[in-house]
Amino acid sequence: MSSPEERRDARYDVPLGVPDPDAEPARRNGHRRVTAPAARPAAPPDEPDTSADEPGVPGPATPHQPAKKTVAKKTVAKKAVAKKTVAKKAVAQQATADEAPAGKAPAGDTPPGPSVADRPGDHWDRKVAQGLAFLRRRLAGDYEVDEFGFDPDLTDAVVHPLVRLLYRDWFRTEVSGIEHVPDEGAGLVVGNHSGTVAIDALILSTALHDRHPAHRYLRLLGADLVFRMPVVSEIARKTGGTVACNPDAERLLGNGELVGVFPEGFKGVGKLYADRYKLQRFGRGGFVSAALRTGTPIVPVAIVGGEEIYPMLADIKPLARLLKLPYFPVTPTFPWLGPLGMVPLPSKWLIEFCPPIPTAHLRDAADDPLVVFNLADQVRETIQQTLHKLLERRPDPFGP
Amino acid sequence: MTPGDTSGAPGVVVVTGVGRWLGAHVAARLAADERIERVIGVDPAPPNPELADLLSDVELIRLDLDSLGGLLLDLDVDTVVHLALVTAPDPQQGGRAGMKEQNVIGTMQLLAAAQRAPRLRKLVVRSSTAAYGVSFRDPAVFTEETEPREVPRGGFGRDILDIEGYVRGFRRRRPDVTATVLRFAPFIGYAADTTLTRYFSQPVVPTVFGRDPRLQFVHFDDALEVLHRSVAEDHPGTYNVAGPGVLSLSQAIRRAGRVAVPVLEPGLAGVAAIARSLGFGGYGLDQVDLFVHGRVVDTSRLEREYGFTPRSTAAAFDDFIRAHHGGVVVTRDQLAAAEQLVLESIRQVRSTVRERS
Repeated sequence: MSSPEERRDARYDVPLGVPDPDAEPARRNGHRRVTAPAARPAAPPDEPDTSADEPGVPGPATPHQPAKKTVAKKTVAKKAVAKKTVAKKAVAQQATADEAPAGKAPAGDTPPGPSVADRPGDHWDRKVAQGLAFLRRRLAGDYEVDEFGFDPDLTDAVVHPLVRLLYRDWFRTEVSGIEHVPDEGAGLVVGNHSGTVAIDALILSTALHDRHPAHRYLRLLGADLVFRMPVVSEIARKTGGTVACNPDAERLLGNGELVGVFPEGFKGVGKLYADRYKLQRFGRGGFVSAALRTGTPIVPVAIVGGEEIYPMLADIKPLARLLKLPYFPVTPTFPWLGPLGMVPLPSKWLIEFCPPIPTAHLRDAADDPLVVFNLADQVRETIQQTLHKLLERRPDPFGP
Repeated sequence: MTPGDTSGAPGVVVVTGVGRWLGAHVAARLAADERIERVIGVDPAPPNPELADLLSDVELIRLDLDSLGGLLLDLDVDTVVHLALVTAPDPQQGGRAGMKEQNVIGTMQLLAAAQRAPRLRKLVVRSSTAAYGVSFRDPAVFTEETEPREVPRGGFGRDILDIEGYVRGFRRRRPDVTATVLRFAPFIGYAADTTLTRYFSQPVVPTVFGRDPRLQFVHFDDALEVLHRSVAEDHPGTYNVAGPGVLSLSQAIRRAGRVAVPVLEPGLAGVAAIARSLGFGGYGLDQVDLFVHGRVVDTSRLEREYGFTPRSTAAAFDDFIRAHHGGVVVTRDQLAAAEQLVLESIRQVRSTVRERS
């Protein structure tokens, strides 16, 4: 874990010298196999259903190229669904509808059948079909939303792929200690907040979902300001967030969900660049009592890299008061470059999950303020020390 | 408790608000139950002609709620089911002032009469999930213990808070009476006719921009079942009555095959008021708040105590869609056909490209 070479080799099969990850359109959709057509006949190992159906696909790579391009454009526009999600989401009722466009040999009972046979094993066919099936599901309302408004279908198909670009290619995020996040059952992930705009929450939840063997969703708790704002509030709810209050936290933990919380709140997000990586006060420790009441283990997580994305040089307090915001940031780029100032700087991110702190034995002490404060302090210390450790490993904030 | 009476089915039941849809159906259903001796329907107005058939087995008495006291005493009534609530102002019934008169003053008078009825042993009151109010700091799911954080802006929500307050007072003064408060989610179903069902029946449905509230409905038949069980069995306390599961507004509109038109939030309440005064829409602050915040309740207490689970919100909504398929703009089949068409044309294009190269 400690040697940087090792880490790079494990996570990136891309030349490390590339300074700007945006300059690699081939990896756009996260399918590196496209860049290496030679590897095709060997058949995509992650798509076992096709290789089983059509054995030994010869298909020379060259004649595919022009067709592939046209379809590729359409797919990107339609935000094709990641394949694992579709496999999971395929509900019985949709199964028949999905099967036909999935590019397989038309079954006997499907009415018309495509007039032109599919080239077997074509990856893009599948993508287009999945994208269209997703669109149809969305337009017909054929998806499930849980009582908090979480929409896994939309999260998997749209939000995670977008954030994936950001965290993997733009921020080159390295995740360690993922084994400390429980595979099943409730867990309370407590992190440091930073970055003027709180994208660290989105990055954390997508990175956790991608890297965790059980692909767990992180249910974030957000300030009520988030839920006051139109549009933003709905994005937060649909990606699994809810208002940070004890009833919601305990309900989610009681349902066995993985809950993410940033106890610093706006104090952490809106601190100046000079105060970077200094943990702010942890509020009343409400997150600890929620964990104690449900006997949930607390997993501290340290996130390095978020502080440099929008380095906040000053806070215009009168303007913030006027706009009813907690702070009004001035960064090297923000008000000056207009919308261009909204582009986050490409800092290097490290996320480390720390060993879980068990709380099951303290269940009766949920209302004991001393126990709550001590535990909150313990979590805070763990995160602060891990932050220092990670910062030593990352001498250059904008390094590779 | 009345001596010699086993708990369970009551003898004489008074149902208020039988002139309306819900009251008439509940009264008819109770009258059909053999365990119940006598069902008396009370309403100041005569029932709608189409409800008259339903009420053939019910003794109807045209009476204002303020003169109920004598009736309760004379007829040895042991159960009162209070359903005479107005959910939206009706210009013909005195608008908002008339609505408040009916809801708040009517309930006060009913409870005052009930308090003096010595043989009364059960009171069932219709309430609404609007009792939780609306606030951005609200938890996502309301349990029966959740206190409203802010008084709602809408008239109906405020009335409900008042009514529940009076019932709390009644419980203190008459602890021997089994008081059941049922907080219903909005009714829906093949036959229900409410502000919300009229809303979803339009081909083009206005929504609030940037908001996609989580909604819950309860099927009308399930609401009847719960009311029936509340009378026939003893279930003291407050219960949320809603279909498990959640539909988001956009999802509901899409499932119904309607088209959503987002409207900007600032000034929406004013626009709704103008539209109402011009005689169409009929949406008040109650609806605007619901469409901004949404409302989801926990129904585990109902399921535990009643041993009954209403059909899910999605199933109840499906039942409504089947009855109101007239205004559908986009159907599921059209979408599936469009999907096939696009896939097919992509295949065509690809094959021609392949042939040329």
